[in-house]
Amino acid sequence: MSRLRQFLPGIAIIVLLIAAWWLIVTTTRSVIFPTPWRVVTGTVELIRDGTLWMHIGASLGRVGAGFFLALAVALPLGLWMGWQRGAYDTLNPLFQILRPISPIAWIPIAILWFGVGNASPIYLIFISSVFPMVVQTVAGVHTIEKRYLRAAENFGVSRYKLFTQVVIPAVLPQIIVGMRIGLGVAWLVVVAAEMIALRSGLGYLIIDSRNAGNRYDLVIAGMIIIGLIGLLLDGLMRLLEGLKMVRWRYAH
Amino acid sequence: MPIKIDLAGLRKSFSTDKGTLAVVDDVSFQVGDGEFIAIVGPSGCGKSTLMRMIAGFIPPDSGRVLIDGAVRTQPGPQGILISQHGSVFPWLTVQENLMFGLNTVESTSEKIAIANHYANIVGLKGFEGAYPHELSGGMLKRVEIARALAVKPAILYMDEPFSALDALMSLRMRNELLKILGQERHTVLLITHDVEEAIHLADRVMVLSPRPTRIQATFDVKMPHPRKLTSPEVQQLRQAILKELGVEAED
Repeated sequence: MSRLRQFLPGIAIIVLLIAAWWLIVTTTRSVIFPTPWRVVTGTVELIRDGTLWMHIGASLGRVGAGFFLALAVALPLGLWMGWQRGAYDTLNPLFQILRPISPIAWIPIAILWFGVGNASPIYLIFISSVFPMVVQTVAGVHTIEKRYLRAAENFGVSRYKLFTQVVIPAVLPQIIVGMRIGLGVAWLVVVAAEMIALRSGLGYLIIDSRNAGNRYDLVIAGMIIIGLIGLLLDGLMRLLEGLKMVRWRYAH
Repeated sequence: MPIKIDLAGLRKSFSTDKGTLAVVDDVSFQVGDGEFIAIVGPSGCGKSTLMRMIAGFIPPDSGRVLIDGAVRTQPGPQGILISQHGSVFPWLTVQENLMFGLNTVESTSEKIAIANHYANIVGLKGFEGAYPHELSGGMLKRVEIARALAVKPAILYMDEPFSALDALMSLRMRNELLKILGQERHTVLLITHDVEEAIHLADRVMVLSPRPTRIQATFDVKMPHPRKLTSPEVQQLRQAILKELGVEAED
């Protein structure tokens, strides 16, 4: 009951917005801007002919590939930079310059290097999500409380055990935060990347719907679907925060 | 009684923005095997620095630390430090924490058996699978002590181990520590600001001076265990130690 009360205002504002949208489109008799209902019928159309799943699958596939590639690079790199002062001093200035460059700015270079196939958007996703994950991992290593490292030193454990049982578990909550940020940015970027030249993906769906006959109902349907999938992806990442191993960090 | 810890001329200073800060100034004493030494001193006098030097975490500027006649240069499982804030790993279960230091034990089942044995000793039976954030402060302290005992250290370095607990729990932990020490012999070095705790537990109480610290006075506690804290001897000793610390008793 209290949960319902908690969600009620959020649902109410969305309903209100849709009602206003509907009202404005009908009163202004817009020929190009669709009513909410036309967005629904447009979505049903996409589901019926199967293209919606194809586009969602393509986008998720690219995000998955780019994100996990970035994770595979960011974790060892972040742990290494966090642990070895020299590695941090060497690489951090470069990363601090590369990090603020929008992934969108990489599009021309991505096309030059990887052409207009799948490799370009995957590269863009990699670039966008690798930096937040490196930064979070490094920060995680830097903020490990000294008392834990001292205890590990005291018990004289091997380097392997120090990493697997102390350093990595201590950093894990921060890594999960990095993964949430990384996946969020990756999802933002895939849509932009697919607007360039591909034949599939939700970004392509949006641009193609506009170019091929001003189907703004499909444009808006695509946008809403992107939002919902983004929410779902973040929800999946948040499930990781529920792991018993990391609950200590979020419990307070 | 053979000599376990032999300290000679320990000095330590730290460089700060305002210049050099001398923290420990010429500390020398010996601790016999199995002896329980309590060190009391005013807060900020350098007690913890002294303890970390003895345990091998920081090198002294001059002087030396001998453990069993050999120079101590780094920390190791033969001397476990238990600090005020604790260092039980929050990402490991109680059992995993107790198994953490068992590097020389090969088989996992043996590790589990040792962990369960010490969980039992400190009264944590039934909590082996719990995570530290599910435990109370007193139970966390038990995990910390059990984890240290599990590696069978020759020396326990205890830096205000019970000061974060409430008075009742602190008293209970003292009694349990004495019970454990009755079963397993360890040399103990305890730092505390609680004079009563020092008299309750120790064979010898050393009073440190304000910074830069040195040993100002030493008191032997000859009363047998269990000690009655309300006895006139304890009260008399307490007054004498408080006087050394510059606190005149009210009564």
